[in-house]
Amino acid sequence: MRAIPSVLAMVPLVATTSAAAPLRYLSGAGEKASPVVGLTWGVLLISLIVIAVIGVLLAGAIWRRPGQAWIKDSPGTLLQQGSGLDWLWIGVGISTFVLLITVVWTVRVLAQVQSPPVKPAVTIEVTGRQWWWQVRYLSDDAAREFTTANEIHIPAGVPVRMRLVGGDVIHSFWVPQLAGKMDAIPGQTNETWIEAAAPGVYRGQCTEYCGLQHAHMGMLVIAQSESDFRKWWSHQLTAPAEGSGKTAAGEQVFQMHCGSCHAIRGTDAAGAAGPDLSHLMERSTIAAATLPNTPANLARWVADPQSLKPGSQMPAPSLSGSDLKDVGDYLRTLD
Amino acid sequence: MPERLLRLNAQLPVGAMDTRASGWWAMIFTVFTEAALFAYLLFSYYYLAVQPHLPGTFPEGGQPDLALALPNTIVLLASSAAVGWAQLGIEHGNRWRLVAGLGTSAVLGLIFLVVQGFEWAAKPFGLSATSYSSLYYVITGFHMAHVIVGVAMLAALTWWSILGYFNARRFAHIHIGALYWHFVDAVWLAVFFTFYLTPRMGLGA
Amino acid sequence: MAATAYERPPSIAAEAPAVADKLRGIWATEPGFTGWLASVDHKEIGIRYIVTAFAFLVAGGVEALLFRLQLSWSNLGLLTPEQYDQLFTMHGMTMIFLYAGPILSGFSNYLWPLLLGARDMALPRLNAASYWVYLCAGVFLYASFAIGFGPNVGWFNYVPLAARAYNNGPNIDMYALGMVLLGISTTIGAINFIVTFLRLRAPGMSVNRVPILVWGTLTASAANIFAIPAVSLAFFLLWMDRNLGTHFFDTGANGSAVLWQHLFWMFGHPWVYAIVLPAMGMVSDGLPVFCRRPLVGYTAVALATIATMVLGFGVWVHHMFATGLPNVSLSFFSAASIIIALPSAVGVFAWLATIWTGRPVFATPFLFFASFIILFVIGGVSGYMTGSVPVDWQLTDTYFVVAHLHYVLIGINVFPVVGGTYFWFPKMTGRMMDERLGRWNFWTMFIGFNLGFFPMHISGLLGMPRRIYTYGDGMGWDWLNLITTLGTAIFGIGVLIFLWNVIRSMRHGQTAGPNPWDAPTLEWSTPSPPPPYNFAVIPVVASRHPLWEDRLGEDAERSHVGTGLVLEHGRETLGTTPVDADPNVILKMPADTLVPLWLALSMTIVAVGLALVSWWVIVVGGACTAASILAWLWPQATLGETADLPPEEATHA
Repeated sequence: MRAIPSVLAMVPLVATTSAAAPLRYLSGAGEKASPVVGLTWGVLLISLIVIAVIGVLLAGAIWRRPGQAWIKDSPGTLLQQGSGLDWLWIGVGISTFVLLITVVWTVRVLAQVQSPPVKPAVTIEVTGRQWWWQVRYLSDDAAREFTTANEIHIPAGVPVRMRLVGGDVIHSFWVPQLAGKMDAIPGQTNETWIEAAAPGVYRGQCTEYCGLQHAHMGMLVIAQSESDFRKWWSHQLTAPAEGSGKTAAGEQVFQMHCGSCHAIRGTDAAGAAGPDLSHLMERSTIAAATLPNTPANLARWVADPQSLKPGSQMPAPSLSGSDLKDVGDYLRTLD
Repeated sequence: MPERLLRLNAQLPVGAMDTRASGWWAMIFTVFTEAALFAYLLFSYYYLAVQPHLPGTFPEGGQPDLALALPNTIVLLASSAAVGWAQLGIEHGNRWRLVAGLGTSAVLGLIFLVVQGFEWAAKPFGLSATSYSSLYYVITGFHMAHVIVGVAMLAALTWWSILGYFNARRFAHIHIGALYWHFVDAVWLAVFFTFYLTPRMGLGA
Repeated sequence: MAATAYERPPSIAAEAPAVADKLRGIWATEPGFTGWLASVDHKEIGIRYIVTAFAFLVAGGVEALLFRLQLSWSNLGLLTPEQYDQLFTMHGMTMIFLYAGPILSGFSNYLWPLLLGARDMALPRLNAASYWVYLCAGVFLYASFAIGFGPNVGWFNYVPLAARAYNNGPNIDMYALGMVLLGISTTIGAINFIVTFLRLRAPGMSVNRVPILVWGTLTASAANIFAIPAVSLAFFLLWMDRNLGTHFFDTGANGSAVLWQHLFWMFGHPWVYAIVLPAMGMVSDGLPVFCRRPLVGYTAVALATIATMVLGFGVWVHHMFATGLPNVSLSFFSAASIIIALPSAVGVFAWLATIWTGRPVFATPFLFFASFIILFVIGGVSGYMTGSVPVDWQLTDTYFVVAHLHYVLIGINVFPVVGGTYFWFPKMTGRMMDERLGRWNFWTMFIGFNLGFFPMHISGLLGMPRRIYTYGDGMGWDWLNLITTLGTAIFGIGVLIFLWNVIRSMRHGQTAGPNPWDAPTLEWSTPSPPPPYNFAVIPVVASRHPLWEDRLGEDAERSHVGTGLVLEHGRETLGTTPVDADPNVILKMPADTLVPLWLALSMTIVAVGLALVSWWVIVVGGACTAASILAWLWPQATLGETADLPPEEATHA
C-alpha cells in the first residue's frame, strides 16, 4: 500500500540519474536491443499496473469495513458471508490472460534476437580473464588476425558475431545498450551477436561474479563507421611506430620486467598473461575500463597496480623511479 | 460423544506394529531421498557422457568387462531374495528362517563387496585420471558405502533375531531394514545399467 | 504370552485432572542441564530452532549492514575486496540456509503437533537430531569465517571460481562440508514432517481439514527430500574435486562447470519455494483470524501450494538463461517460469477476498500479514519479469534481481514470520506481545524495507551488477545506494524493536489465556503455554475450524475437544490412517535421550575430519556415528519394538 507512493517518488530520481548511467538498458542502441527494450518496458508496465491494482484492492479491503478495535474474549462474532470464490475466478482468469500474452511476446522476441538478420561479416573472440577482456579479431586470412584488450571496436549498423570463451573462471559479457548477457564459460564457446545502430561508445561490464576485482572488469565497445573500422583494423596489424632514441631505455626495461606477461607487436615482448599493449595509447581507458588513460593514471597504475585494483594479477614491479619514468615514456609512444 | 465420529475397531494395536510403525514410514521417505541422490549421481554421468570426448576416453579404457559385474549382480539379487524369505518367515513366526535368511543375505552382501574390490583393483585407471574415472569410482563407491551400511544393518538384525527380539507380531525392525536392503539392491541395477550396458548401446566415445 | 496383549481397546473420556497429572509426570522433561540436552519435546525443539534462526538473522543482518556502508557511495574503501566477498557470501548463506529454512522448521516443529491434535512429532528423537545437526552445521559454517576464511564466492558457489586452482584456502571446503551437514539436518526434518502428516493427525482430520500451514510445510518437506540430495551431492563432489583430485567440474579433464550450475539450481529453485510456502501458510491460517471469517478458497489455496512446488521443479534453468542454452530449452523454461505465477495469483486473490469479505481487526499480526500481500506481489511481478528470457538477459545479475530476491525472502518469509511470532507468541509463552511496540515495529520495518529495497530495482535497471564491492562515480548509482543503505539501517532498527518486544513481553506481557485471538484451530484449545503432553485427551475433529463450528452455524458434525481418547500407559499418541485419519495404532513414543546429540556431534567430527582430510579423525567420527545409530535403533520393549510387552501394558494386562 505504501509502495505505490514510493514508486511515484522514484520517477524523477530515475529521470535525473538515468541520463548519466552508462549501463542502463531501458533504452537501447541497436537492432538487437530495441525489441528487448520494448518487451522490458512492456513487462515492467504490466508489473507496475499489477502492483497498483492489487495495492488499491488491498487498501480498499482493509479500510472498507474495519472490524472492532480488538478481538474480545471468545466467543466473539464471526462472519461466514459469501464464499468470495468469485475473486479467485476473476483474478486468476485475468492473470492467466496476461501471463499467456507475456509468454507469446517473449517467444516472439526471443526468436527475433536469437540470430542476426544478416550473416555477420566480423567475428570477434572475447576471452574473459581475471579481471580483463582479451579481444581477438578473427579472419579467414591468419595474417589479418590480431589481439587487443578491453576496448572492442565494431562497425556500426551491422551485426557482429561475438564468440565468448572463459579464460579462467566464468565471466559474463554484457553491453546493455547493445544486447543482453552471455556467459564466457571455460570449456565451452558461446556465441552471441551485437549491433550498434550508430557510431558511439557503449560501456560493458562483467556480470558473473569472478573474484576479487569483479567490480573493476569493465569494457568499452566503440562503434565506428564501416570505413573507420576497416582503417582501425589495418592499423592494429602494424607494429607501433618506432620510438625515438629517448624511449629506448624504457623499451628495454619493458622487455625485461613486463614482456613476459604483455605483448607489443614488432618487439620481443610477447607475453599472453596480461593485455596486449600494442597501440595502448589508442585506448581511452586502462585496467579494464577502470581509469581514464591519462599519463598520470598510467604512471600510477604501472607503479602500484595493487592499490588501484587490489588483488589484480599484475604485481607491483620492482622498478626504480627512473625506470618507471622510462617505461612511462615508452608506453606513451604506443599509438 | 465422539464415538459416533470415530471409526474405531474394538482393539487398537499398541507399539511398533508391522507397517504401522513410524519407522517404516520414515524408511520409505529415506529411500525416496536416497533414490534422488542416485538419480543426481547418474544424471551427472549422463550429462558428462554427452559432452564431447576424445575417442576411447568415455568409458576410459573401453567397454567395461561384464565377467565379474554380471555374476555379482546376481549375488546381490539373491541376497534380496534371502531377505524376502526371512521376512515371510517371521510373519509366520518362523524365527529359524528369519535368522538363516538375514544371515545369508549379509554374507551375500559381503561377497558382493569383495568382488567389487577385485573389480576396482583390475581397473587400469585411478580415481583422478579423467572425469569418467571419477564418475566410475565415486558412483560405485557411493553404492558400496550403501552396501556396507546395509550389511551392518543385516548383521545387527541377525543378532537381534538370535536374541529373540522378534516374533509373528513384532517384526517392524525387520521390515524397515529389509526395505533399505531391497532399495540398495534395486539401485545397483540402475548403476549396472548405466556403467555396463549404456556404453554397449553406444553412449559415450 | 497372549497375542491379544499387543492390543487394547481405546478408552474415551473427558479430560480429568488426575489423568493430566499422570500425563505431566510421564511427558515432562527432567529438570537440569542434562534433561534440557536430552529433551525430545517438539515445543522445546521448535523454540530452540526459532531462537537459533533469529540469532543467525541478526548475524546475517550485521554482515549486510557492514557491506551496505561500503556501497553507500562510489569508490569507498571501508572494506577490502576480500572482506566484502566474505561478508556478502556469509550474508547470503546465513539468510538463505541458516535463517529462512530453519525459522520455518522451528514454527512448524512447535505448531504441527498442536495443530494436528498429537502429543509430539512422529519421530521425536529424529526431531532432536535434526536440531542438533543444524546447530553444529551453523557453528561449523561460521567457524571458518571467524578465523578469516569464510566462503567467499557467493552462496551459489560457482566453479571454477570455487575450485582449488582459484581458491586455495579452507574457505570453500568448510562451506561445502557445512552444507552437506546442514542438508542432513533438513532431510531428516523433512522426513519427520511427512511421516507426522501421514500418521499423527487427530482422528477425523482428513486431508481436507488440515491447516494451510501444514500443507505449506508438508509440500516444502516433500520437495526437500528430492531437492536436497542435489546440493549435498554437488558440494561433496566439489570437496572431492578439491581434495582427492576428481574431475567432475574440471573443464580441463572433460568435467563441466555447467554441471555444477544444474545440480545447484535443481536444488536451489525448489528450495526457494520451500522457504516461502510454509510462511505463506502462516498467513493463510493467521490472516482469517483477524478478518473474523474462514479463509476464502481453502481447497484452491491448498492445491495451489502443491502446484507451485511441482512447477518449482521445472524452472531451475531460469537461473542459467545466459549460459548458452538452445532456443527450444530457453522457450520451455521461460514459459514455465512465467506460468508458475498462476498458483501465486490464487493465493493473492484468496487473501484479498478474505480481507474484503471480512471485518479486519488491525492488530499487529494483521499488519504484517496484510502488508505481506503487497510485498509478495512486488516480489512476484519482478520474478515474472525475470522469467521472460530476453528481459532476463538484461536483468540477471543486476541489482534488479537483488531487489527481487529480497522482496521474496523478506516479504514472504520475514514479514509472515514476524507476524506469526506476534500471533503465536501468546501460545508459546502465555503472554501477549506489546501492541504499541508492535505498531512501531511494523512501521519501522515496513518503511525501512521499502525505502531500502525498492530503489534496488532502479539501480538494477540502471545496470548496477550484483556482487561488486565498489563502483565508479560516473555510473549514476550513488544516490540510490545511499537511500538503500539508509533504508536497510531503518529496517535493522525495526528488527531490533521486534527483538526487544519479544524479550520484554516474555516477562511483562499481559497474560494471554488459551485463546486470546479467538482463533479456530486446535492449538488454541490447549493452555498457554501448552503442557508437555499437549492434549490430555486426543481430540476428534469434524471440520477445518473446530473452535468456530457453533458460531459459523454449519449443520455438519461437531468436533470434540476436551473429550476424546485417553492414552496414559506411558508416552503414547494415536496413529491414524494417511488420508481419512481413522484410528490405526497406539504409538509408543520415546523417552528423552542424549543419543541424538551424540549422533550430531559424531557427524560433526566426521565433517571436521573431512575438512582436515585426516583419515583417522574421519574413522573415529564414523565409529561414533555408527555407535550412536546402533544405540538409537536397538529394539526396546518400552517402545513396543520387541516380543516382550511394554512394561505398562504388562501391568495393565
